[in-house]
Amino acid sequence: MTVQKRILTRTVVLATGAALAVSLAGCAPGGNTGAAGGAGAGAGDSSSTAAAANPWFDQAQFDTEDTQRTASFEGDPSQPYLQYLKGDMVDASAYTLDRAGKVCFSNAALSNTWRQTGWITMNQQLQVLKDQGVISQLETRNAQDSDDTQVADIDYFISEGDCDGYIIAPNSPQATASAVQRACDTGKPVVIFDRGAGTDCETSFVHSVGGMAWGMDSAGFIAGKVGDGAHVVALRTAPGVDVFEQRWAAAQHVFDDAGIQVTDYITGADPSKIKSTITDEISKGKVDAVWVDLGDQAVPAIEAFEDAGVDIPIVTGEDNLAYLRAWKDTGIDGFASVYSAYQWRTALIAMGDLFQGTDIPKDWVLPQIPVTGDELDEVLKTNDGMPDGQYASFGGEDLPGFPQVWQDRVMP
Amino acid sequence: MTATITTGPGNNNGNGNNNGTNATPARGDAVPRYTGKRSPLAQRFRRGIVTPGGAVFVLLALLLAALFALNPQLAGEGQFTRFIGRTAPIAIVALGQYFVILSGELDLSMGAVISAQVVLAGNLIGQDAGMILPVLALMILVALVVGLVNGLIVTFLRVPSFIATLGTALVISGLTFYSTGGAPSGNPTDAFRAIGRSGIDDIPVLGFLPFSVIVLAVLIVLAVLLVRSPFGRMLAAAGDNSRATALTGASVAFLRIRAFAISAIASTVAAVLLIGYAGVSPVVGQGYEFTAITAVVLGGVALSGGRGWVLSAVAGAFVLEVLFSLLDFAGVASTWRPAVQGAIILVALGVPLIRWARLRTIVPRRAPQGGAAHHTETGSVAGRRKG
Repeated sequence: MTVQKRILTRTVVLATGAALAVSLAGCAPGGNTGAAGGAGAGAGDSSSTAAAANPWFDQAQFDTEDTQRTASFEGDPSQPYLQYLKGDMVDASAYTLDRAGKVCFSNAALSNTWRQTGWITMNQQLQVLKDQGVISQLETRNAQDSDDTQVADIDYFISEGDCDGYIIAPNSPQATASAVQRACDTGKPVVIFDRGAGTDCETSFVHSVGGMAWGMDSAGFIAGKVGDGAHVVALRTAPGVDVFEQRWAAAQHVFDDAGIQVTDYITGADPSKIKSTITDEISKGKVDAVWVDLGDQAVPAIEAFEDAGVDIPIVTGEDNLAYLRAWKDTGIDGFASVYSAYQWRTALIAMGDLFQGTDIPKDWVLPQIPVTGDELDEVLKTNDGMPDGQYASFGGEDLPGFPQVWQDRVMP
Repeated sequence: MTATITTGPGNNNGNGNNNGTNATPARGDAVPRYTGKRSPLAQRFRRGIVTPGGAVFVLLALLLAALFALNPQLAGEGQFTRFIGRTAPIAIVALGQYFVILSGELDLSMGAVISAQVVLAGNLIGQDAGMILPVLALMILVALVVGLVNGLIVTFLRVPSFIATLGTALVISGLTFYSTGGAPSGNPTDAFRAIGRSGIDDIPVLGFLPFSVIVLAVLIVLAVLLVRSPFGRMLAAAGDNSRATALTGASVAFLRIRAFAISAIASTVAAVLLIGYAGVSPVVGQGYEFTAITAVVLGGVALSGGRGWVLSAVAGAFVLEVLFSLLDFAGVASTWRPAVQGAIILVALGVPLIRWARLRTIVPRRAPQGGAAHHTETGSVAGRRKG
C-alpha cells in the first residue's frame, strides 16, 4: 500500500506541477495578457514592445503600403484590374510578337478559395485574349504548395523551349528565386504576380498593394471604432507564413499605436478551435472586437458570440462571400480587408500587352479597396448565387461567362 | 460508476481479460489470487486510482478545479454543459480510437475520415433538409467501407496499422481534395447543424443541455457495454496476445476489422457534431487522430493493446480540452502555447507510466516462484507454442 500511496502523492504533485506550469507560462516572456503597450507604454507610443519585437515588422514596407493603399491610381476605376500607380514603365518593343504567343504559367497552388477564384477569372480572361488572337495557349503547371515542384516546373518550361513568355506565381520568394532567374535568362518576358520572386530580373511584378495594407485596413477600422484601452482578440492562422505574418505585424503595429490591448491566438483556421477560443474569451471578460488574418476565421468567431447568447462585437473579415453574408445576416459592425483576386487576370493582360507592344508598369501595383458597410449590399447583389468560397474582388463582372462560371465554380 | 468496470486496471496482475479463465493461482502476497468475487468497492477504488487509468481522473479533477478557479463563469447556468458539449467530438473520437488501440492496432485515418465526412455532408446536404437522412446513411456506409478496408489491409495483408491507416488517410484526403478542389461549397442547412450546435433549453439545474452531450452520453454507455460484452473481452484478449486468442478459436481478423469499423463510425459521429459546432471547413478534423491517441494514452490505455479502461480514455480527452481552455485563461502567449501544452502532456504521460512500470516490475520479484507462476493461462499456452 505504501507504494500506492506514494504514487497517489506523485500524481497530486504532478498535477499541481502541471497547473503551476500553466500559471508560470503566463508570465513567460511575450506573455500577451498585458498586450500591446506593455505596462508602461501609453497610447500613441509607437515604439511599444510588442510590435517592435516582431521580426516580421518592416517599417519601410509599412510606410510604402500605407501610402499606396490610399494613393490615387491611374486608369478607369470601373476597371480596377487595369489600374496602376505611376512609375517606371517597361518598353514592350523587345517582346512584341506578330502572332499569338504561347504563355507558360507556373502556379504555386490552387489550395485555397482565393486562388481558386482568381484562377477561374484568369481562365475567362484567357478566352478573351485567345479570341483576340493575342495568346494562343496557356500551359499551366500547378506546384501544389511545393517549392521543389515549382522549381522543377519552371525548369521544365525552360527546357521545353516553346514558351513566348512566363507567368510565375511564386510559392515562396527565396526558394524560387534561382529558377525565376533562369526563366529571365531566356530573354522571354517574365511576369510575376501575387508574392514576390526574391529577384528583380522579372519584366513586371503584378500585385495589389500588399499584406501589410491588408492588416492596416482592418486594424485601422477597429482602432477607429473602439477606444483607448479596448480589448481586441486577434485570430492568426499560422506562424511563420509570410502572408499572415505581414498582415499581423501591420495590425499589431496599428493596435499598439492606438493603445489597444490585444490577445492573439494561433488557430490553424480550424473553426472548432476558433469557437472554443472565442467562447473562453467571452467568459474571460469583455471583447470589444475580433480581428482575423484570414476571412475563413471570421464566421466561426461570429457564431461563437451567437451561441453564447451575447451581443456580437466588431468582427473583421475578408471579401469572401461566407463572411460578407454572415456580416449581412447578423447585422454586425463588419469590415472586409481585400487582397485583390483580379490580379490573376491582370498578370495575363500584362503578358498580352507585351506581345502587342503596349508598355506596362514595371511594378504593377493594383488597388486594394476594402469592403465597408456602405458597399456591402451592392457587393452582395453582384455576387448573388455565388458559392461561399467566392471573393468579391474576383474582378470578372465584364468577362464572358459572368455570372454562371463563378456560380458553378468548376476548376478549369 | 467508474469503479464498477471490471476490465479496469485495478487488478494488479494487469490483465483485464482473464476474468473468464482460471488463472494459475499465484503464490505470494503481492499478487491477489483470483477468486471470482469482487473485492470491496473502497479497495478497488484505492487500487484503481493509483494506476495510470485511475490517475487521469485525479488529474482531470485538479485541472477542472484550476479551470473553475480561473473561470468562475463556468459554474453559470448551462456553461459547464456547453463545455462538455464542445469536448464531445474529441471524446467520441477517443472512444473509437480506444477500441482500435485495445485490439493492439492504431488508427491514423480518423482525422481524414472526419474531414471527408464533413465535406461530404456540406456538399451533398446543402440547403435541402430532405437530404439529411439519405446523406447520413451514405456517411455511415462510407465509414463502414473505410473500417473494412483498414481492417482488411491490417489483418489480411499484414501491413502494420501505423502505415496502413496512414495510407488510407492519404487516399481519403486525396479523394476529398480531388472531388472538391480543396474547398467545400459551404455550410449545410441549419437543421442539420442543429445536432452539433443546439440543445434543449430550460432544463432544471443544468439550464442548457447540448445535443452533443446526449450523443456523447449514449455513446459512452454503448462503449462500456461493448467493452464488457464477449466482443469487448475477446478484443482485449486479441490485443494482449493475438496468437493465444486465435488458438481459442476466435477470429482475430474479424475482431480487429470490427474495431476499425467502430473507429470509423466514431469519426463519422464526431464529424456530424463538428459540422454543427464548427461549420464546414477542410481543416476540421485535422490532427484529431493524434489528439485521440494522446487522450487514450493519457487515460492509461496500453499502446501495445490488451489493457486499459474505456472511461479513462474519455477522461483523457477531457483533460486535453480542459488544458486547452486553461491555457486560454492563463493567458499563455500564442507562440508559447504548443510548447507548454506539449510539456504538460509529456509530464502527465510520463510520470505515472514510469511509476506504473516500476510497480509492475517490483511485484514479480517479490513472488517466491519467479515469473512462470504469474503467467495467465493464455500467456503460458502461447509460451508452450513458442517453445
